[in-house]
Formats: sequence, C-alpha cells, structure tokens
Amino acid sequence: MNMLQENNWLLSVGTFLPMVGVVLMMLMPKAQDQSVKLVALITSIATLAVGIYTAFKFDFDQAEKMQFVANEKWISVIKSSYLIGVDGISLPLYLLSMVITLLVVIYSLDHVPSPGKPKAFFSLLLVLQTGMAGTFIAQDLILFFVFFELVLLPMFFMIGVWGGEQRQYASIKFFLYTMFGSALMLVAFLALFFKTGAESFSIPYLIENGGSIGKNLQIWIFAGMFVGFAVKVPMFPFHTWLPDAHTQAPTQGSVILAAVLLKLGTYGFVRIALPILPSAAREWAPYIGGLAVIGIIYGALGCLAQTDMKRLIAFSSVAHMGFVMLGISTLTSFGINAAMFGMVAHGLITGMLFFVAGSVKERYHTLEISKISGMLTQMPHLGWIFGFCTMASLGLPGLAGFWGEFPAILSAYNPGAGLNETVFRVFMVIAALGTVLAAAYLLWLYQRIAFGTPKNSGHDSHSTHDELHDVTTYEWVAWTPLLIGILVLGIVPNLLFSVFDPAVQVTLSAFGG
Amino acid sequence: MLSGDKLQNLNVLAAQWVAPTIDYHGLAPELVVAGGLCLVLILDLFMDERKKWLLSVISSFTLLAAMIPVLTLALSDVQVRSMFDGRYVVDNFSLVMKGLFLLSGYVVILLSSSHVEEGEYWRGEYWFLLLSSLLGMLMMTSSRDLVSIFVALEFLSIPAYMLAAWRKRDTKSNEAGVKYFMLGVFASAVMLYGMSLLYGVTNSTLLVDIAAQVTGTGEFSAVHALAVVFVVVGFAFKVSAVPFHTWAPDTYEGAPAPVTAFLSVASKAAGFVAIVVLVYTAFPLAQDIWQPFFWVLSALTMTVGNILALKQHNIVRMIAYSSISQGGFVLMPLAVAGMSGSANSALRSVVLYMIIYATTNLGVFAVILAVSRKTRSGEISSFGGLFSYAPALGVMMTLFMASLAGIPPLGGWIAKFVAFQSLLSSQSSWAYALAIIGAVNSVIAFGYYGNVMREIWMRPVPDGDITQIKIPGSLALALGITSVATLVFGIFPAVGLHFADLAEIAGALSR
Repeated sequence: MNMLQENNWLLSVGTFLPMVGVVLMMLMPKAQDQSVKLVALITSIATLAVGIYTAFKFDFDQAEKMQFVANEKWISVIKSSYLIGVDGISLPLYLLSMVITLLVVIYSLDHVPSPGKPKAFFSLLLVLQTGMAGTFIAQDLILFFVFFELVLLPMFFMIGVWGGEQRQYASIKFFLYTMFGSALMLVAFLALFFKTGAESFSIPYLIENGGSIGKNLQIWIFAGMFVGFAVKVPMFPFHTWLPDAHTQAPTQGSVILAAVLLKLGTYGFVRIALPILPSAAREWAPYIGGLAVIGIIYGALGCLAQTDMKRLIAFSSVAHMGFVMLGISTLTSFGINAAMFGMVAHGLITGMLFFVAGSVKERYHTLEISKISGMLTQMPHLGWIFGFCTMASLGLPGLAGFWGEFPAILSAYNPGAGLNETVFRVFMVIAALGTVLAAAYLLWLYQRIAFGTPKNSGHDSHSTHDELHDVTTYEWVAWTPLLIGILVLGIVPNLLFSVFDPAVQVTLSAFGG
Repeated sequence: MLSGDKLQNLNVLAAQWVAPTIDYHGLAPELVVAGGLCLVLILDLFMDERKKWLLSVISSFTLLAAMIPVLTLALSDVQVRSMFDGRYVVDNFSLVMKGLFLLSGYVVILLSSSHVEEGEYWRGEYWFLLLSSLLGMLMMTSSRDLVSIFVALEFLSIPAYMLAAWRKRDTKSNEAGVKYFMLGVFASAVMLYGMSLLYGVTNSTLLVDIAAQVTGTGEFSAVHALAVVFVVVGFAFKVSAVPFHTWAPDTYEGAPAPVTAFLSVASKAAGFVAIVVLVYTAFPLAQDIWQPFFWVLSALTMTVGNILALKQHNIVRMIAYSSISQGGFVLMPLAVAGMSGSANSALRSVVLYMIIYATTNLGVFAVILAVSRKTRSGEISSFGGLFSYAPALGVMMTLFMASLAGIPPLGGWIAKFVAFQSLLSSQSSWAYALAIIGAVNSVIAFGYYGNVMREIWMRPVPDGDITQIKIPGSLALALGITSVATLVFGIFPAVGLHFADLAEIAGALSR
C-alpha cells in the first residue's frame, strides 16, 4: 500500500497535545478554576488548529492513500509498532472528534455539571480526546486497541461522577459491556496475528495477508471482532448499555458518546474487520444486516415508548446506527460511503440533540416529556434549534441526516457480489419502514415539547420565569458550528463523499471490486 | 561404628576432595544481604531503643548495596556463571529476578518503616526476618538442584511465617501465621515426597541430570508423573493457586499490611521462579504431564479467585483474592510452554507479569497503608470519596486498580497481553479455550477493581470526615516509585519487555 510520509509529526502532535493540557492542569493549584478552564479551552483550540492544519496539508487528490504516516518502534518484541496515518476515511472522523471536544469544552465553561471539580472534569475530557483521535489514526492493531480502551476509563468516570441518579449502575454497566467486547476482540486480534504468520500487527500488512486465512477460521476471528465492535456501535442485542449510559451521563458525556465514541465501533468494522477478513465479512453480512434492521425497528419502537427525552434520543441512536451498519453490511462502495456519511451526520445531529436535552434539563429541571410543553413560546430560539435538529435527525432532505440514511437504504437494493439480493431487499423495505417510524417519534416528541401552552411544571411561577432564559452566549458559540455543519453537509454532501470515496474503494478492493 | 574399611574409604574420599572454586562476584548479592542481616541482628542487641529507626535505614541500604553487584554481574562479559557443578547458576534470568526481589524488598521496607515505628513491637527482628526471607529468594533464583531449591524455599518461608504472626498480641495475626505455617509445612512435605521420588528414579538431585533421565527414555512411568505433579503442587501452595489457595485470604488479612504486601508480591514471585526453573530445567520434555496440569490450575485459579474477590468487603481480602486470580494469568502461558516455539514467549510472559504485578500490587498496598492511617479501617467503603479529599491518592489508586484490571495504557495491560500472546502462539484449540476463559475473567475482574474506583470517585466520604491524610516520606517515595513505574511499563512496554526478554534459563535442555 502506498503511504505518504511527509509531515509525519502532525498526527502525533494533534493526538497528544491534549495530554499536555492535562499535565498543565495537574500542576495547577486546586482553587484556580478559571485558569483550569482557560487551559482546557486553549488546549482544545490548539488541538483543533493542528487538526485543521492537517486537513490543509492533506492531499485530497490522493485520499485513498495513508498520509502523514509515521512508523516508529514501539514494542518490537511483540512486533507491534507506532504506525499512524490518515486517509479519506479517518480524516473526517479525526477532525470530528476534535471539533466536538472543543465545542464540549466551550459548553462546559458555563456548565460544569454537579458536583463540580472542573479540574478533574476537563482533564478527563482531554484524555478522552487523545483516546478518540488516536483510535482514528492508529494503523497498528495493538495501538488501535490501546487507544480504543483509553477512552473507557474517562467515560466511566464522567458518567459515574457527574451523571444522574443511577450513575453508578450506568457507568459500571457501560464499562463491563465494552470491556467484554474488547477482551474478545483482543483474542481475535491475536489469532489474526498468528494466523498471518506472526509477522506484524500493522493493519496494511494484515489487509494484504488476512485474505489467505481459511474461511472457517476467518469466520471465528470475525466473530471476536464483531462482538468488540458491535458492543461499541451498539448493535442489537448488545445495545442495552446505551440507554442507561446516555440517560445518566452528563450532557457533555452524552454528546461525546453519541458524536464520537459510537463511531469507534463502526469505524472498526470499516477499517479492520471488513478489509482484513473479506470472506468472513461476506458470510457475516446478512446477519449484520439483519441485526441492523432489527436495531432500526427496535430502536424506533423503543423511542415511541419513552417518556424521558434523553432516553428517547438514546434509543434513536440505536436506530440510526442501525442504518450505518446496514450500509456497511451491503459491502458496496455506495453503502459504505453512506455509512461513513451517516457516522459524521449522526455525530453532528445527535450530539446537537443531546446539547439541547442538556439545556432543557437545566431550565425545566426535568426531562419528562409530559412535563414540558410550549417551548416555542417560552424560548423561541431553543425551540427552533430543537426543531431544526429533529428535522435533521428524521432525515429531511437538505440536511445532513438525509445523506446518511437514504443512500444506506438504497444500497441494500443492490448488495455486493455474493450476497443474497432478496434478503437485502427485505432489509431495505424494513429499513424504509424505520424512517417512517423515525418521523413519527421525532415529530411527536417535537410536538409535545415545543407546541402547546407552557406548563408551570410543579414549581412556583416566579422562579420559573427567571430560569427559562433563552439560548445563552456560551450555548450559541458551542452550537453554531454544529448547526452550520448540519446545513452545509446537507446541501453539499459531496464535500464528504469526495473524501470518503477513494478510501472506501481501496477498502473494498479486498472484495474484488 | 564404622569398620576399618569404610573409614579408609572415607579417608581416600577426603583426600580426593577439592574445595569448589567459589565465584565471589557471582555470589556478591547474597553475601551483601547476608552481611546486612547479620549487622541488623547484632546492632539490634546493643542499640538504644530510640535509635532503632536506624535499622530500617540499614536494611534498605543493604538491599540497594546488593543491587550494585547485580548490575555489575549483568554488565559483565560472562553470561552464565555456574558454581558447584551447576547446582548454583547465575544467569540473566536469575539476575532479573534478583533485581526484582531486591527492589520489591526495598519498596516493602519503605512501606514498613512508619508502620513498624508506630507499632509497639520488636523492630529489630522485623528487619532481620525480612532480610532473611529476601536472602532465601535470592538463592531461589540461582538454585538448580533439588536440595538447594528446598533449602532456599525453607529459607524464604520460615521467616515469612514469623512475619505473618508478627503482631503477636493480635489473634488474627496469630491465626495468619499459624495457618500459613501449617499449610506451608504440608506443602513442603508433599514437595519433598515428590523430590524423593524424583531422586529415586533418576538417582540425582541436579536438575539437568533429572531432565536427561526423565526425558531420556522418552516414556513416562506413573512414578515420573507423580513426582512431577507433587513437586509442582508444593509450589502451587506457595503461589496460592486454586485449589491450594485456602491459606491466602486469612493470612493476608491477619498479617501486618506491609508483610501482606511482601507475601503477595515477593513470596509469590519466588514460588513462580521455582516453578519456572523446575519446568524449564528439570522437566522440559515432560510437557504431557505438566501442560494439562497447568491448564486446569490456571483456569481454576483465575476463575475461583475472581468470583470470590467479587464478594469481599475488606480491601485486603479483596486484594488477596485478586492476587490469586492474577496468579492464574501468570500460569496461563505455562499451559502451552512445552510446545515448540512457545517456550520462550512463555518465559518472557511469566517474568514480565511478575515484574509488572509486583510494581502495581506494591503500589496498591502503599495506598492502602496511607489511607488506613486516617480511616483505621480495612473496609472497601473506607475509600469512599477519597478523590474529594486526597485527589493524588485517589488518582494513584485508580491507576493501580486499572493496571490490575489490565486496562491500557497502564502496566497491567501489557502483562496480560503478552500472556495471551504467548498462550495463543501455540495455536492449539486448548490454548484458544483457555484464552477465552482468561478474557472473560479479565472482564469479571473489573467488577471488583471497578468497585474500588467507584468508592473513590463516586461515593460519599464515610462520616464526612475529610481530615487530610499525612503521608510519611518513605511511603510517599514508595507511592512515587510504584505509580511512575506502572505508567512507564504501560506506555513504553519495551522497557519491561527488555528485562523479560530472556533467551533461556541457563542449563536448560534446549528444545
């Protein structure tokens, strides 16, 4: 595989810069909350600046190639190296993680969730950022695994310390599920390593040699990886940690979880599982597709049954990730492109929805849908933003969500070579039904919350009036980029498709075109 | 009464006897420690009670001084020093392990000093016993003969029995010592029986000879199998492998905390050293006997240890069961160590696991000691809200727990990873089965490690008592060493692997 090695320091700087911020914060005395926030802000701005510079230096004409590749010795005894690089698939997700972290930091300047401790909170945020960015650039399975796991602890603490009432339960559930998945994934990685001749853990090497493994064995190795990634996505039936984690996590945690962490799983499928084990992928594809559509319908039905706004958005994530997985399971460039787009779009939209949910909770002190109504009259700006996001989420053409969902459904009409057309066309019909249900639960949600007359949900009217202030400056700053992103990507989807496509083609070359 | 003939024979033999040449450089670490412990013992007799804190200083300097010859030996051109007809060997394996024992002994002294000063017990004996036990461990790393292995084992165990019962007015401590002693002696008896069988069938106590005899014929009789299993069982007690673990929780709970740290780290590692030496040099080709045995032992040890750990409320008991379970992971690669190509990586894995486990577990005990200075409690709930009033301790304990749970990027992950890698390198279906058992266990383990983290970060402070914890200097030093090492081993695994990557144990039959 061709690799471009210029400027190979860029990715390492971009990934580990947040750690510099963490060290600086650690050295600060406890009381200086303001300077802690300042350091976090500067660090995340600087990180994003490095990321944007990386994008400038990225050669979009060769998006199919790994760029900024660095290959340093790391653990030579076990034949794992510090091999990093980005191509058209990783770059958008790499940048997405940086943007989301910065916006979350900005939002948190004004909203450190109870019980405070900004120093620890911002430190964890930045560690999380290193883990997420690292996962997207790692081109060595062990390095990938380390970064993949690095996000676990910060998220565990973020949910467990700053979360809602059931936070301890939710955090440990989140951790055990993901750890179970990654333990089996590691065994699969090792099996892969030995079956390809115990030469290297580097992903390009394994892509070249993985195809030679016997089919039956491939299926087993794929199974291990499948569990690891599917828990993270999360796919039905491994999704049960998600509603709890999302509901209990603080706003910031939910946003990062939805916007980036879930993508680690789908990204793993596209980057590792499919290209390395093509024959197994072909065998597994119908099952993945099947679980994906079950997820779509189950998620949608789950949404209809929720009374808690945040829980509803969490279930909608299950449904949306179902579309992404359906796209992947078709093993066509059309489907995987759609899935990649869906990942970014879902990141922006659901991230935004969780921001709104956080602000609703802050103002109404509840997320019970039945206790809130008339948001449009009380807080018109927030109401319109919320409306915009629900429209985007249900896949309205012209907004980003559409380009993830619609092509994914379409791609199932014509699945890749060797896949059963009838089965996938049935999936297509079911998934299409899912969009109808999505429209139903989202519009119903919006109708109940935004329309109607305001309720004085239990507490006395004087204080309500003060608390129900419209969107604040911090919120505007944190949200505007997301809103613009949703709109721009909706109108000019080719911005992303043109970056993904060359790299997706390369990924699919393992399937014989 | 000797008859004249025999006397004459003896005289002839005596005349033929030549004093063995002793490589003093090779023995220097042992000699330094031996000198140090004599000094401590004598000084203790004559020293004024108020000056006895000096004994801990002398002990710790003894260990650091013993590190010097270990380093010079490692740097010297002579790769293998074999003494007494190959019965006592200094090779890279033994040097790495000696370094580990000396350094963990040093950290244990740092942990002990304030604990010992503040108790009303006999200090001099404490340091003397600790050094004696360490000397036994140093000898164990070099012993390549059944007799010297047995002597080393008793040398390291008997002081440890006494250390466990060191708080002599405390019934729990007495129970700890007696239990440890009874089961230890029982294990020794089983092992001696195995050794006597070995001697019976091979007519030699030298491990290399035994290897040639046991494997020379290529066929094993029941006696061979019995002998191998009995010897290994003897050491399975030492490393508290299930089902020979029953002494560990009570002993760990009752013994003074620094002694528990010592037992769970150094004494356990010594058991593994003996197992590895025996497997690699005495029974290298008897894998049909010991591979299945280690497979079962490892699977049982990690699973039972884990499940029992989940139920514990006392932090030290929890750590005791956790250390049993960790022992299962150390044993894991030995289940395939007999297969071609896996022997090297299994040795590497065992050594690396011991290094990293020692680092992390000592760190855990440092935190436990620091926290119990304030809370005076051994309950896990006494860690409630630790992060809010002692953030540094809270973060360190979190790191140690995460390392034990095997979460990257902390030391424990690379140890676990290398163990899995070595296991799977054999590519047998038995190995895959054990790997999956191990993988599931590493998830279960987070249940109790995560519980401690949860106490530290998410639970309220018990009784709302947030007085600051005063950490004595020596304890702070121990915390610093262990936490930095835990991080470095995890982020730059090459550091740990550098020490663990040993080609072979000298004297072993090459396969």
